[in-house]
Amino acid sequence: MAVCVAVIAKENYPLYIRSVPTENELKFHYMVHTSLDVVDEKISAMGKALVDQRELYLGLLYPTEDYKVYGYVTNSKVKFVMVVDSSNPALRDNEIRSMFRKLHNSYTDVMCNPFYNPGDRIQSRAFDSMVTSMMIQVC
Amino acid sequence: MEGLTLSDAEQKYYSDLFSYCDIESTKKVAANGRVLELFRAAQLPNDVVLQIMELCGATRLGYFGRSQFYIALKLVAVAQSGFPLRVESINTVKDLPLPRFIASKNEQESRHAASYSSDSENQGSYSGVIPPPPGRGQVKKGSVSHDAVQPRTSADQQEPASPVVSPQQSPPASPHTWRKHSRHPSGGNSERPLAGPGPFWSPFGEAQSGSSAGDAVWSGHSPPPPQENWDQTTVRTVASATTANEIRRQSSSYDDPWKITDEQRQYYVNQFKTIQPDLNGFIPGSAAKEFFTKSKLPILELSHIWELSDFDKDGALTLDEFCAAFHLVVARKNGYDLPEKLPESLMPKLIDLEDSADVGDQTGEVGYSGSPAEAPPSKSPSMPSLNQTWPEMNQSSEQWETFSERSSSSQTLTQFDSNIAPADPDTAIVHPVPIRMTPSKIHMQEMELKRTGNDHTNPTSPLLVKPSDLSEENKINSSVKFASGNTVADGYSSSDSFTSDPEQIGNNVTRQRSHSGTSPDNPAPPPPPPRPQPSHSRSSSLDMNRTFAVTTGQQQAGVVAHPPAVPPRPQPSQAPGPVVHRPVDADSLITHTSTSPQQIPEQPNFADFSQFEVFAASNVNEEQEDEAEKHPEVLPVEKASDPASSLRVAKTDSKSEEKTAASAPANVSKGTTPLAPPPKPVRRRLKSEDELRPEVDEHTQKTGVLAGVLTSQPPLPRSVGKDKKAIQASIRRNKEANTVLARLNSELQQQLKDVLEERISLEVQLEQLRPFSHL
Repeated sequence: MAVCVAVIAKENYPLYIRSVPTENELKFHYMVHTSLDVVDEKISAMGKALVDQRELYLGLLYPTEDYKVYGYVTNSKVKFVMVVDSSNPALRDNEIRSMFRKLHNSYTDVMCNPFYNPGDRIQSRAFDSMVTSMMIQVC
Repeated sequence: MEGLTLSDAEQKYYSDLFSYCDIESTKKVAANGRVLELFRAAQLPNDVVLQIMELCGATRLGYFGRSQFYIALKLVAVAQSGFPLRVESINTVKDLPLPRFIASKNEQESRHAASYSSDSENQGSYSGVIPPPPGRGQVKKGSVSHDAVQPRTSADQQEPASPVVSPQQSPPASPHTWRKHSRHPSGGNSERPLAGPGPFWSPFGEAQSGSSAGDAVWSGHSPPPPQENWDQTTVRTVASATTANEIRRQSSSYDDPWKITDEQRQYYVNQFKTIQPDLNGFIPGSAAKEFFTKSKLPILELSHIWELSDFDKDGALTLDEFCAAFHLVVARKNGYDLPEKLPESLMPKLIDLEDSADVGDQTGEVGYSGSPAEAPPSKSPSMPSLNQTWPEMNQSSEQWETFSERSSSSQTLTQFDSNIAPADPDTAIVHPVPIRMTPSKIHMQEMELKRTGNDHTNPTSPLLVKPSDLSEENKINSSVKFASGNTVADGYSSSDSFTSDPEQIGNNVTRQRSHSGTSPDNPAPPPPPPRPQPSHSRSSSLDMNRTFAVTTGQQQAGVVAHPPAVPPRPQPSQAPGPVVHRPVDADSLITHTSTSPQQIPEQPNFADFSQFEVFAASNVNEEQEDEAEKHPEVLPVEKASDPASSLRVAKTDSKSEEKTAASAPANVSKGTTPLAPPPKPVRRRLKSEDELRPEVDEHTQKTGVLAGVLTSQPPLPRSVGKDKKAIQASIRRNKEANTVLARLNSELQQQLKDVLEERISLEVQLEQLRPFSHL
């Protein structure tokens, strides 16, 4: 189950970040923030190669004792960061990929909305609902 | 019941449901039609529903309080998830999906069509009213109390129910399984708009203000309200760019609040043409953005509308998408919250609203929407892929039940309340009249009588309804009625207590209040039991008066008259005027002559009130027979004019106790003015007596006679001897009355002593028994 989902803009500011309500959500924010460096590192590492070949899914960015952080980056350098609970052993890579895929699709839908200005915070209800489903259900 | 822990979503969902069901805002949801519908929509077996109701305590209470309602909803979720229904399961079952309330057309329409129509009527369901086309209309969002969906020819309903709100959304997310069918079985018609909020056009300005209300109404995120049809959606069409064509129009055959009427559609098409001449073409997102920005809706809402309407997510709007978007804008403008999912009637598939052909196809598909609805929940995890699958599912969207997400907004509910108000006029009528808590058997009896009389709405017997006699529905209905009647009952009880109050000894005030508080539906309260004899000294004395055998031989002349005779004393303030009521001996008084008036003024020297009292007392005695004898004696006794006259009157009146009684007080109270009719005859008699009485040196005689009897009597310049005699007679009578009263008093004292002794003995016995009870 994803405990935190974040969408980071190209300029590394959050477009959307949402966590499972806990007592200390800030730590999730911190984790996402720190993961950005890892993301950058990963994309820059692959940056030499053609961007096209770069896989969008970055995989496990870094694990902590309680959580694992996964990353995903779009072609427009919009990053998706997901923090999942490590206690869930059933969470496989495929599932993470599917979750990112859903995120991406939802993000695309948000982008398609003419009323959405790129760079704004994502306030789409559909997006919210999708993220909620991801956060709650995958547990 | 054990404590109920709800997640946030659940809490919200339940509260919305409760608000929806709580049309009367009483915080106590009587198992009215809405709850009934809700549970029915849960598609649980009847016995399960009964069990749920039992578990949550509603049957015990007779209504659904908030906690009971929540527990019931939780149990519904438990049952729907397949867990056994137990009290413990409320909290033990983890991650319970929100209870789903689905009204499947197929199974319900046939079964409940009739019942629904009646129910809806009873419950004041309203057909959805879709505002007419362009311009502004108000589509009221109402809840039609029936889930039964009749296969309407209206194409909208049959729309490819694209997976609107799919229950597939993860269960916790409110399964927006809203079927917004408020199909009114009776053909619902559009002509049944919400009573209150009839469709009406409102200008933008209002729309703006309404939009905020609408926000609450459409809780896109909040759990969808129960299936009960949220029908009436009044949408204020926003004639953004155009002048509103203010046509009031009500949804035609369908009660679908989201249905686009022909006029609307035409209007939308016209608008579309202004942007994109080619009807088959697309409106680019930017153009659409500009267009809809004119509606002055917040960007966020416009964004949401776009999300809903851009079905294929291509960033452009087809004609259908544009119409849907426009319709949503109109709805939003009119104060209706945006649904979470695109209403089925607005699905781009909707080609022609009146295309019955499509309806036919879709009907069948929609018909089994219930089943797909059931299936989705199982695959809720796949909800996130809904968006992706939508394009593919557009084709097969018919298979999906479209759930229009009805927010259980308080706004809508409040609208309902005003409209549906219905209900129970009793509830509205009941005032918070204070209830007299005096326990009394009579009181209770009356209350019971009243309650049984108002059985249909009587909450006192909610539990008396035997489920066996009723189907679940009926039972729920009846229980609902209890709930609805509960409020009434409260009024009743209050009124009961009131109406019974009169039975209480001498409480006229409460009686009056009870009448006011009584609901019009109350049957005539049972006749109050005979008023217990108040310990009226007067009345009792009157009674006692009868019991006492007045010795005739005595100079009763009304002397035996008891003090009760005094009460009728009219205006003691009046100077003892001409009216003279004397305990006239019946025998002596025969002729009734209106002489008193004459005599009254002639008797300035009548005795004072005390004297009159004596006379009055003596007057009361109906067995006075020797009054005549006393006249000569009393007459001269007259002192003051009034007292004298009154004495005379009293003296002469020995025949009728009432008269004497009336006269007695009249004697005392009357001044120069003649007394009421009762005294008059007395006066007449007196007059005759007076005439008979010789005029003697009454003054001296009176004074002489009166001296012994009267305490402080002004000298009576009695010119007529009769006064003196009358006074004397009255004195005698009063004496006799005194003796009688004294006797009575002694007897009563004796009785009191006896009673006290009995009481003491009983108390002693009680004390003796008490130790045993403590063992």
